[in-house]
Amino acid sequence: MLEIHYVWQWPLRICHWVNALCVVVLSVTGYYIGDPFAIVTTPTPYVMGTVRFVHFLFGYVLLISLLVRILWMFIGNSYASWRAFLPWLTPGGRRGFIKMLRYYTFTGKQITYEVGHNPVAATAYIGIFALFLIQILSGFALYGQYAPGGLWDSAVGWLLPLVGNQELRLVHHVVMWLLAGFIINHVYSSWLMDIKERNGTISGIFSGYKYIEPRDIDT
Amino acid sequence: MQEDPRSDSQSVPEEILQKWEARGVSRRDFIKFCTATTAALALPMTFMPRVAQALEDNRPPVIWLEFQGCTGDSEAFLRSNQPTAADIILDVLSIDYHETIMAAAGHLAEEAKAKTIKDYKGKYIAIVEGSIPTDGAYCSIGGRSALDIAREVCGNAAATIAVGNCAAFGGLPKAAPNPTGALSVQEAVPGATVLNLPGCPLNATNLTATVVHFLTFGTLPATDRLGRPLFAYGKRIHDNCERRAHFDAGQYAEGFGDAGHRQGYCLYKLGCKGPETFHNCPTVRYNEGVSWPVMAGHGCIGCSEPGFWDNKSPFYRRLPNVPGFGVETTVDQLGLGLAAATAAAFGVHAVASAFRKGDAMEEDKVKREE
Repeated sequence: MLEIHYVWQWPLRICHWVNALCVVVLSVTGYYIGDPFAIVTTPTPYVMGTVRFVHFLFGYVLLISLLVRILWMFIGNSYASWRAFLPWLTPGGRRGFIKMLRYYTFTGKQITYEVGHNPVAATAYIGIFALFLIQILSGFALYGQYAPGGLWDSAVGWLLPLVGNQELRLVHHVVMWLLAGFIINHVYSSWLMDIKERNGTISGIFSGYKYIEPRDIDT
Repeated sequence: MQEDPRSDSQSVPEEILQKWEARGVSRRDFIKFCTATTAALALPMTFMPRVAQALEDNRPPVIWLEFQGCTGDSEAFLRSNQPTAADIILDVLSIDYHETIMAAAGHLAEEAKAKTIKDYKGKYIAIVEGSIPTDGAYCSIGGRSALDIAREVCGNAAATIAVGNCAAFGGLPKAAPNPTGALSVQEAVPGATVLNLPGCPLNATNLTATVVHFLTFGTLPATDRLGRPLFAYGKRIHDNCERRAHFDAGQYAEGFGDAGHRQGYCLYKLGCKGPETFHNCPTVRYNEGVSWPVMAGHGCIGCSEPGFWDNKSPFYRRLPNVPGFGVETTVDQLGLGLAAATAAAFGVHAVASAFRKGDAMEEDKVKREE
């Protein structure tokens, strides 16, 4: 018997879409900052200034969104919990991971049917959290250079002599492209699961509800 | 007792001025030097008489060592900006050993150095130019290795000033593949009190100001994480740049000599490293304050930063090359390729998945609409 489950609570959905918006805005503005492709000829322009302002603003938004999401890992439901991101800790999770990987590589027939994240997706999201962390640390360290001894320079400026500011810039660019690759993967996998699982994978991140057949759930 | 800043506290005592006049430095030149140095140190002008007094009272011995360098820093200092600045500082300091300018040679020179180390232990100033090799017998002087000399001289000094990028961070000799195992002074002599004055060459104004600070206050100036004095390296070139307005506007030179370049647009797209370099070039400039690279139309190459050369090159691109890929491939081209490859791979996967049968869930519950 199909059941309707309230899986993704509203703070989680807001975080998801704020993150998505941040990734898009930060990638476009960041690319422009790295390579200002449009040359301005109007009499009193402030294009780079505005773009950088937007980039820094959305950097703060992403930081806040991530902090909220991390908080929600501890006070949200079990699908939002930090445990949901560590499927490897349980034998069932490990089995499900192999099963899902086999499905993706056309060597297995069945999807690992889960209410929340499947084990492969959960593993990918741990990687995305790590990439976000790298972007936030490198981004704020580079940003902090405008005010040595200021807040951001004191908080994360130690990265500059440790890694080198040019290397940090290189990392900031590479991770942007890795995130672009992730988004392609993420949108595709959501579409695939939506049509194969038939449980409202895509609508779930808008409404929070998924349509679950309990007898099919992998444990 | 509180001194009144408007009265005598701003003036230099008459006898000091007369002494300098007797040495051939006009009072105007001497006051100009003291004022400029006080300003370079970012001190209030009320300190100017203290600076003048300090130049009068002290005559600390200096040992100037040169290892793997090009003598560019000595040249910059000897031809320092104001014609009399070098005269004044050279008059104030007792330079007991400097390979390029000393008259003595051979055993006599070595003896002078040994005598200074012995007689003024913990009191003299060591100035080091060039990086210190650790492999083989490169740069041995008087039969002793550079490392050995540096440890003895810097280890017994009151303070060591590492001038130029080579001494401060290893510079060009330390660039990959670093055949001599070059180290900066701080790395080679970890116990010494080292102040870094990087630059290629260093700006003589900053060396003069550092020496004057030491003479006036008896301590080295406050530094950043990399051991560079904040008065000279506390702000980023980009944040003080005269072309900054063009950066914020979005106006960039695309090539040397193009319309934007001729209009003085920002050199960001020509690989200027001003946004990653801390130095006071835009305010102090070089050659009597005449000009500096960005003013002359060439981007900054980041010569006062660690990793100068390796991570500041290519000089005409914003970012370093990606290790393992050719010099013609930028990180953004690679990234775009990566994203395109991901899209193509998932596109193929999608076509295969769309035609896949028997993997959809809850087939028995699907009601096909007519």
